[in-house]
Amino acid sequence: MYGSCRRTHIRWDSVINTSQARSFVALAASPRSSSHATNRKSRSVHTNSRLQPAYSGHIPLTPFENGFLAVGSALMSLIDTRRADMVAACGETTAGSTLVKLRDIMLESPEGRRILREMPRINSQTLELEKLRSLPENTFGRAYVGWLDTCKVTPDSREPVHYIDDPELAYVMQRYRETHDFYHALFGFKVSALPELALKAFEFSNLGFPMTALSLGASIRLKPPQRARLWGEFVPWAARCGSHTRCLLTVYWEERWGQDLDEMKKEFGVWDPPAGITIPRPSRVNFP
Amino acid sequence: MQATRSIRLPRKLSACRLIHNHSILRSSDPSGRTTSFGFRTVPEESKESLVKGVFDSVASKYDLMNDASSLGVHRLWKDSFVDTLKPGRKGPLRCIDVAGGTGDIALRILDHARENYADRETTVEIVDINAQMLKEGFTRFKKTMYHNTPQVSFHEANAQELPASQFKNDSYDLYTITFGIRNCTSIPAVLSEAYRVLKPGATFACLEFSKVNNPLLSTLYDQYSFTVIPLLGTILAGDRDSYQYLVESIRKFPSQPEFAQMIRDAGFTTGGNFDGGAWTELWGGIASIHTGVKI
Repeated sequence: MYGSCRRTHIRWDSVINTSQARSFVALAASPRSSSHATNRKSRSVHTNSRLQPAYSGHIPLTPFENGFLAVGSALMSLIDTRRADMVAACGETTAGSTLVKLRDIMLESPEGRRILREMPRINSQTLELEKLRSLPENTFGRAYVGWLDTCKVTPDSREPVHYIDDPELAYVMQRYRETHDFYHALFGFKVSALPELALKAFEFSNLGFPMTALSLGASIRLKPPQRARLWGEFVPWAARCGSHTRCLLTVYWEERWGQDLDEMKKEFGVWDPPAGITIPRPSRVNFP
Repeated sequence: MQATRSIRLPRKLSACRLIHNHSILRSSDPSGRTTSFGFRTVPEESKESLVKGVFDSVASKYDLMNDASSLGVHRLWKDSFVDTLKPGRKGPLRCIDVAGGTGDIALRILDHARENYADRETTVEIVDINAQMLKEGFTRFKKTMYHNTPQVSFHEANAQELPASQFKNDSYDLYTITFGIRNCTSIPAVLSEAYRVLKPGATFACLEFSKVNNPLLSTLYDQYSFTVIPLLGTILAGDRDSYQYLVESIRKFPSQPEFAQMIRDAGFTTGGNFDGGAWTELWGGIASIHTGVKI
């Protein structure tokens, strides 16, 4: 569609035939026995839930366990904000019906339907970063790689989904987690506390995950001037901008690497946040 | 809390039994011997490295997780354990604390001897197969008065094969192993090494999780173990699998009478085969103290 850069993405499972392409690979192992390799990461899961693991990494939880983990992960995310796995767990255990709503919104848009059918993943194997670096300056792909380089992050650090029982909803959650960086790139948000919270406010307004609203509770750990800016400037921006635009989970980012950034923002109907938490625009920065 | 009694051997010593090979381990596969790793069955050779992986992972949060998952009760058990042994009562002891990584027991032994008997000659050699755990223990001891004294030393070694040059026969007065023996691949091997390095007349003492016989308590305990503890591991340490293994390994450990028999099979003399004899149950059998004497 936009630009000649073909994305390569790995189908979530290439073994299952196309009519089942929307499910994660089902793990056949029952929770109590495993003849798998002794690799600790692939060991089968023993839980009290009667559900079998439905995909690789799935840990079924009973309602009590879900509640316990929701509270515990929320507290732990507050205590140690670097625990990305706890933020992830909090998101999953508090998601509730949000994922169903989002999946339905995706089904209503042609682009969203394509995403659900093809289930693209975002990591350093599926993205051709060098190719993206060679794109023209003001394109989305170039802006994304520029943001990765400036903020020194990789696309690989996302925790896999564990606590969502339905495989398709688990994919929606995984997609949200992996596209979070694209929202950073779209607006140029930095990765420190204040921009992250502003982005969480935007995500709450746009997508509706309870965890994103809960995470604003972490603003008590900001210094008072930063907190004032967050609530005074960025949250209002996020509320207006996020609700004004389409649901960003319906955007097939991998088809839009070559799209001009300003044009993209106009298409979505978003505008830049107030100054102070974004990296300089790509066109003004010289990359080596 | 179940009252613990000080260990007194019956006047008529129970006869030393011959070492039979009542192997509690899983029966061997035709392809090789297997053992349990929690609820999984794995080749015997790989259990050691799997357990190493677990303890490398948990070492830095080990003490925190102990406190959280037992709600601090493990401290009471360890206090009880050392109070039962009364190190230093009959003079300075040369102790070996095996699988003692983070130093909980060693510290209690040294403090007990010092506080109750003004004994500063008792020594404890902390032995652990895992270097990360030893590092945690070393760091903890740096905060105490025993750092840089001959009273404590740290050794990386396998409890099943203590190097004979360093751990000579008949050289220790007290051998302790706390919440470690169930992680070893071969319990009989650990017990026979313990027998080898202890002096005649010396004591073997083991504090370990055991079987809860009361059905109501057992149900509650199982629920708590399999629900709360892996979640606490996820939340506090970011590691569910290791704590899953730890609660499963408790279920796989032999029952109190079976373990007491294994101790006797290694050559030790124990009390009678009942609670209060060869072992003392704590908190309804959640943990037990097993003791034996090398005659």
